[in-house]
Amino acid sequence: MLAALERRARPLLLPVGVLAGALVAWEVVWRLFDVPRFVVPLPSGILLEAWQWRAYLLTHSWVTLYETLAGFALSIAVGTPLAVTIVYSPVLRSAVYPLLVVTQAVPKVAIAPVLLLLLGAGEVSKVVVAFLVAFFPIVVDTATGLAATPPELLDLSRSYRASALKTFVKVRFPMALPFFFSGLKVAVTLAVIGAVVGEFVGSDKGLGYVIVSATSYWKSNLAFGAMLLLAVMAIGLFALVELVERLVCPWYAFAREHADAPAE
Amino acid sequence: MIQLAGVGKTYRTRHGEVVRAVEDVSLEVKEKEFVSLVGPSGCGKSTLLKLVAGLAPATRGAVRVRGQEVREPFPDVGFVFQNAVLLPWRSVLDNVLFSIEMLGLPREAHRARAMDLIALAGLAGFERKYPWELSGGMQQRVAICRALVHDPSLLLMDEPFGALDAMTREEMGLELLRIWEERRKTILFVTHSISEAVLLSDRVVVMSPRPGRLARVLEIALPRPRTAAMEFDRRFLDYAGEIKELIFARRA
Repeated sequence: MLAALERRARPLLLPVGVLAGALVAWEVVWRLFDVPRFVVPLPSGILLEAWQWRAYLLTHSWVTLYETLAGFALSIAVGTPLAVTIVYSPVLRSAVYPLLVVTQAVPKVAIAPVLLLLLGAGEVSKVVVAFLVAFFPIVVDTATGLAATPPELLDLSRSYRASALKTFVKVRFPMALPFFFSGLKVAVTLAVIGAVVGEFVGSDKGLGYVIVSATSYWKSNLAFGAMLLLAVMAIGLFALVELVERLVCPWYAFAREHADAPAE
Repeated sequence: MIQLAGVGKTYRTRHGEVVRAVEDVSLEVKEKEFVSLVGPSGCGKSTLLKLVAGLAPATRGAVRVRGQEVREPFPDVGFVFQNAVLLPWRSVLDNVLFSIEMLGLPREAHRARAMDLIALAGLAGFERKYPWELSGGMQQRVAICRALVHDPSLLLMDEPFGALDAMTREEMGLELLRIWEERRKTILFVTHSISEAVLLSDRVVVMSPRPGRLARVLEIALPRPRTAAMEFDRRFLDYAGEIKELIFARRA
């Protein structure tokens, strides 16, 4: 048991060590050369400031978190049916796909101010920006997965005269789950970026707002603290999606870990 | 059981080229007969299986199964492909019962039958295992059980042992014969391997390259049950030599 834990922790050891080393070097070099603190603060200063402002930071983290989650949920709710439509209907694919690509071609940072104008400066506009950034990988990956159903299984279903719905539920969608989840993993980190971009453009809440307002008052310690929290949030959400993936498709995680073992 | 009368299949590629996959194939397969189709790649062997299963319509001629013209897929067939294509989230038992579910038959009523088949295929004790815990040969055994669980009268096999290593392949062939002795079906068996075709079949159909036509049909008069030792039998070698000549003479 302990050995298993050790084996799991080992790949983490090196990156954590490198990170700790870099932080110490940062602290030492900055102190030696006396770099102005308001330009780039010290790690110790950031942690201290973040701790002093913990209640404030947590309140704003919560706002960004739920904007992110709402945008992410919306992107799943819209992206998945879109992927199904694209795969099943060639007509709708040729009608919808170019439009999807257009929505992705316009930089989200450029859309955000317009959306704020339309939807107001509240949370809704941030949710929509998060959604716009996040749904595309879900559509593309899920569609790829659905299109990758082994043709033999489709022939088999056809020879049993199973309905298209039954084939979808019992074969095609579960077969596409690993693709779906790789879309979700990209989408969830993008959703964080989307929410923050929305907050940058105009808001009085959220970690994006904290960063903008803190830097305008030269409070770089606090801005760095907010950045740190954003990173923690993105990593946490990514890990959460990966955990769900492991629970839902254990065969896939198994295949990845035993690349030489037989696997579908 | 199966009658092919002057069957031809042409299809159009994405670039608009017309490809003649098979042409003028006439063949009769008797009830409970084991017939192999051999020939070079691209001679339309797999296409013939699809035509028989009703998964693709014939362009010319008629395909009949039990006197009925085949116009659409019918559930009285079992399919085994080159890859096992099992569903990785289902256990061995649930993979076998997949056919039952897709056919809309009651699962519980077929459970005992599925368990029997799994035991017959030498997989007793593996019912709760998942495909990724099995070797390639074992996965293919599960695929065979899946093809037999609804007791179809026709078994269509498209290079079922083609992805296995040579030793497992020979073992699986004899294993298939053992299962076939117990559950007699009409088998149409596509293969690249001449010795596999001779060892397993009642008759071997040799096909010529595109457009696929029947070059020759050979009656294999070896006694059953067949054994691995028969591969050194004079008659076995004669059959194999004759088939090889038919395939390679046309290439030269």
